[in-house]
Amino acid sequence: MASKPRTKRERFTLGVLISPTLFWLSLFFIIPLFIIFVYSFLDRGTYGGIEWTFQFDNFVRFVDPLYLRIFGRSLMIAGVTTALCFVFGYPMAYWIATRSPRTRNAFMLLVMLPFFTNFVVRTYALRFILFREGVLNQVLFALGLANPEDPPSILFSQEAVVLGLVYAWIVGMVLPCYASLVGLDRSLVEAAQDLYANRARAFLRVTLPLTKAGIVAGTILVFIPSFGAFVTPDLLGGSKSDMIGNLIVQQFGMASDWPFGAAISAVLLVTMVIGTIFYFRSLRTDQAPGLG
Amino acid sequence: MPSSIVEFRDVSKRFAGPDGEDVLAVNNMQLNIAEGVFFSILGPSGCGKTTTLRMIGGFESPTEGDVVIDGKLQGETPPNNRPVNTVFQNYALFPHMNVFDNVAFGLQMKKVAKDGIEPRVHEMLEMVKLPGMENRKPKQLSGGQQQRVALARALINLPKVLLLDEPLGALDPKLRKGMQFELKELQDRVGITFVYVTHDQEEALVMSDLIAVMNKGVLLQVGSPEEIYEHPRTRFVADFIGETNFLEGTIAEVSGKEIVVSLNDQTSVKATSDTSVKKGQAVSVAIRPEKMRMDGGDNGTVKGLVEETVYLGTEMRYIVLLPDETSVMVREQLITPERRRSYQAGDEVGLNWDPEHALVLTE
Repeated sequence: MASKPRTKRERFTLGVLISPTLFWLSLFFIIPLFIIFVYSFLDRGTYGGIEWTFQFDNFVRFVDPLYLRIFGRSLMIAGVTTALCFVFGYPMAYWIATRSPRTRNAFMLLVMLPFFTNFVVRTYALRFILFREGVLNQVLFALGLANPEDPPSILFSQEAVVLGLVYAWIVGMVLPCYASLVGLDRSLVEAAQDLYANRARAFLRVTLPLTKAGIVAGTILVFIPSFGAFVTPDLLGGSKSDMIGNLIVQQFGMASDWPFGAAISAVLLVTMVIGTIFYFRSLRTDQAPGLG
Repeated sequence: MPSSIVEFRDVSKRFAGPDGEDVLAVNNMQLNIAEGVFFSILGPSGCGKTTTLRMIGGFESPTEGDVVIDGKLQGETPPNNRPVNTVFQNYALFPHMNVFDNVAFGLQMKKVAKDGIEPRVHEMLEMVKLPGMENRKPKQLSGGQQQRVALARALINLPKVLLLDEPLGALDPKLRKGMQFELKELQDRVGITFVYVTHDQEEALVMSDLIAVMNKGVLLQVGSPEEIYEHPRTRFVADFIGETNFLEGTIAEVSGKEIVVSLNDQTSVKATSDTSVKKGQAVSVAIRPEKMRMDGGDNGTVKGLVEETVYLGTEMRYIVLLPDETSVMVREQLITPERRRSYQAGDEVGLNWDPEHALVLTE
């Protein structure tokens, strides 16, 4: 740990060094956040805009089955997305981490490559794959697995949204899991095998617990953006798969109800902060440095 | 002869090197390790000693040949099905488990009943002098204590063979010395065969019943510490274990074990040989520095010029330059103080030794 700055000079230097960061964060993070919180307690103007009257109506309005259902659906979709990212991402990270250094770098580049392309473009690409006459169905028709007269399609459904989110955020799971797997001392796994653990038990007793920090970080990195997703449900979801992100956008856009939009944003933010704190609390071990 | 607990039958191990080339880590090794001995495998880094150990542990399998443990061919048997346990180089203690769970791990995997595990863990920790440390995490222990936990974790399973991969490497020199004796004592007490890998010749001499010297994947010699030191069979072994002077020459006369070697400057010296040699053969004569005696310039088989003197408290160390430009080292125990610095740099001296201390080496 760095010691506290003692002399005036040290304090001055430290101040100079962190002031750009502080300035940036205040201007583009703390102040907008503050504005959101203030707006959430105000009233909507007749023709859009805001009325400076303090009240709680926006939050009361949110406690409505219509909105709560969207909130619950967002939680569910984000949860399923996170679980699927773990199920597919962890083995992928494990496989890559156990290759030779040269192969590892090549595969990690492949994992990150889609991110060099625009997110919206990639999501549109999924539409082309999933729609009724899309690439996926063409393959299924050719293989005789689907009937061209009655083509199946999952586009515009919750499943499509989950698929899109998994595709979009799986890297968030693979990267931290890969980092902790690569950092894992292989001799610990060998020690477990030496002490009569077969490969499965060595994995469960040693590898998995020792890479928990990566899994925790991956879970957060997938869950949070999935929970607040907007583009993916907008492009891949149907009318019945709106998520909380879509709701917020509607309030700030078409509905012109900024205070209500701000209130939903505040609820989303507080939910995620509290959820994250509880998540870390329940998992707190000395294997999650800097996260406990 | 006691039966072998570990046997290597024509074992070779090849690896693919970093540029795809073939690396022969262990070259056609024959090895027999008798039950109950403290057996050291000694050699410089990269000599194949760790690979040898890993083939016993089951972390590598031989490219050719067979490893036999306790009379059973091992083949591709995974580590968890072999009756051996390992103390790893950096201990490899599980950082997320406390000392108790680390030591109990092997018994838990063998599905020993819970109430059978606890007393044995306490007993084991008692034995390695760490009672009451059950709830500590590995990182709360010193290097020496971690070492003891690693030993307890392996020995609690009562393996047929305990494999130790340079376990004292990370300890400071003083602690190391203490642990050497403790390890030897522990081995005597439990009677388990220890196979100990080290690059430290002194460590091997102190602890082992038998030492195997390896270089470049080849097993050069197996013998007791005394045999290895007094009767090295190759130049490498003589050079690697302790310090040795080499005088180059050719065989001039052979009569039984007594040999006369004509050095490059035509001086004749008497020596012995453990192997048969022929007249005219080019050989090295190996003489330990402490077996050489120094005398005035005219009294010696070999004459030389003192180049350097080093006072080391208990002994004097002289570097003497011979006429053929070879420099040799002579060590003289300082028993009486007046013998100190009896020769100065620049003095002409004669060197003598008993023929049985001058060993003829052909390889």
